[in-house]
This record gives sequence, structure tokens and C-alpha cells, in this order.
Amino acid sequence: MPTIRVQTEDFDVGAELATLRAGNAKIGAIASFVGLVRDVNDGSGVATLTLEHYPAMTEKALTGIVTEARTRWDIIDCSVVHRVGELQPTDQIVLVMVASSHRGDAFAACEFIMDFLKTQAPFWKKEQTPQGSRWVEARDSDHAAARRWQDEGKK
Amino acid sequence: MLRVLYFASLREALGTADESLPVPDAATVAALIEMLRNRGGAWAESLASGKRWRVAVNQNMVTLDAPLKAGDEVAIFPPVTGG
Repeated sequence: MPTIRVQTEDFDVGAELATLRAGNAKIGAIASFVGLVRDVNDGSGVATLTLEHYPAMTEKALTGIVTEARTRWDIIDCSVVHRVGELQPTDQIVLVMVASSHRGDAFAACEFIMDFLKTQAPFWKKEQTPQGSRWVEARDSDHAAARRWQDEGKK
Repeated sequence: MLRVLYFASLREALGTADESLPVPDAATVAALIEMLRNRGGAWAESLASGKRWRVAVNQNMVTLDAPLKAGDEVAIFPPVTGG
């Protein structure tokens, strides 16, 4: 069963990895991605990042993305943890971890889940900068990243 | 009635997070957006066709031609920026 969580508290990558692989000798590869808060974005210093989400939809959207990944690649299990609330530079924002028999499926599915999370999951970032607060604009490059998967990995 | 939710920059621009509205006669997302634009001011500006916003019905992203029925939860929000 995939682990999908939205939480304000931090996560421990090592503990999440240990849980994901616990006692499963079929797992030969785990690919993970950790997203972090940077102190600069679009030329301004970022003091605080606030993440808002749409609680009723968030887990549903993440589950849909993971389900789609499972139809494309051989995934044994995966974890998606996303934080909300107020974060500071260097804080962890998101963890995606995919366990598979072989690295190819793990790498591809991990990147796929991140690319779709960026364009489909209802999270919004607001930055506090020295010039005041501002909502982060969606990037066209994120949509291009999601589009390139159109038929990739489809069985 | 519909439950209509607004998020992030759209919620701030419209000064509303949540309201109940009747299902528009044409019973589509497009008709609801038109009804909201007709309020003028920030509504007409924020929901203009050139602006980027997304709609979810019952927590699934939809396009403007999606149908609406009484009891649906409609969410209108800017393009997402998580991750």
C-alpha cells in the first residue's frame, strides 16, 4: 500500500526509507526525491515559504498520480509525503520514494510522480521576501515536464 | 446549491474562501464562471479568460464544459505550485 501523507511536521528520510523497504526481499531499488526550500527565487531572497493546500482534494490527487504511475511501471511500493504550513530555507518540502525490483522503473516512476505532483496536486506556495509577500507563479517548464510523459512507460 | 471554494491568490483577490451558490441554468462550469464574472470588479478581472485559473469539481480537475449538479463542490484556484 502506498504511503501518502500531507503534514505540517518535518519527515525523516531514513525512517521513511526503512518503513518502505521493511522486510521485502523483492525490492532491488529505491529511488527518492527530496524537495527543499531555497533562500532565493526569481531574484529575491526568501525568508519564509507558506504552503496552502486544498485538503479534501490533496490526497485524492496524489493517490491518482501514484495509481497512474503503477499502471506504467513495475512498482512494489512508494511513499509521497508533502508538507504544508510555514517553512524556512533549507527545510524539506516533499518526499517521493519509489521501490521496485530494478532501478529503471524506480527512477522513471519517481520523476513521473514529481512532475505530475507539480502540475496536478493542489498546493500553492507563498513567499515572504524583503519586498513583501508574493504567490509563486506556475512555471511553463513544469507543464512541459509533465507533458513529456504522455505515453512514457505505458504498458 | 453548489459549494464554491477559492484558494491561494484567487481567494485573496476575491476576498472570499467559500460560498453557496445556486446551480446556473446551463449547469456547466462555464456558466458558473460567467455568473461570477458578472459580479464585476475583482471577479471579472481575476476570472477573465486570459487569466490562468483551474477548476475542480468534487476534487477532480475539470474543463469548462464539465456539468454541474446540486450538491457539487466546485473549487477555483490558480495553477498549482507545490513540490
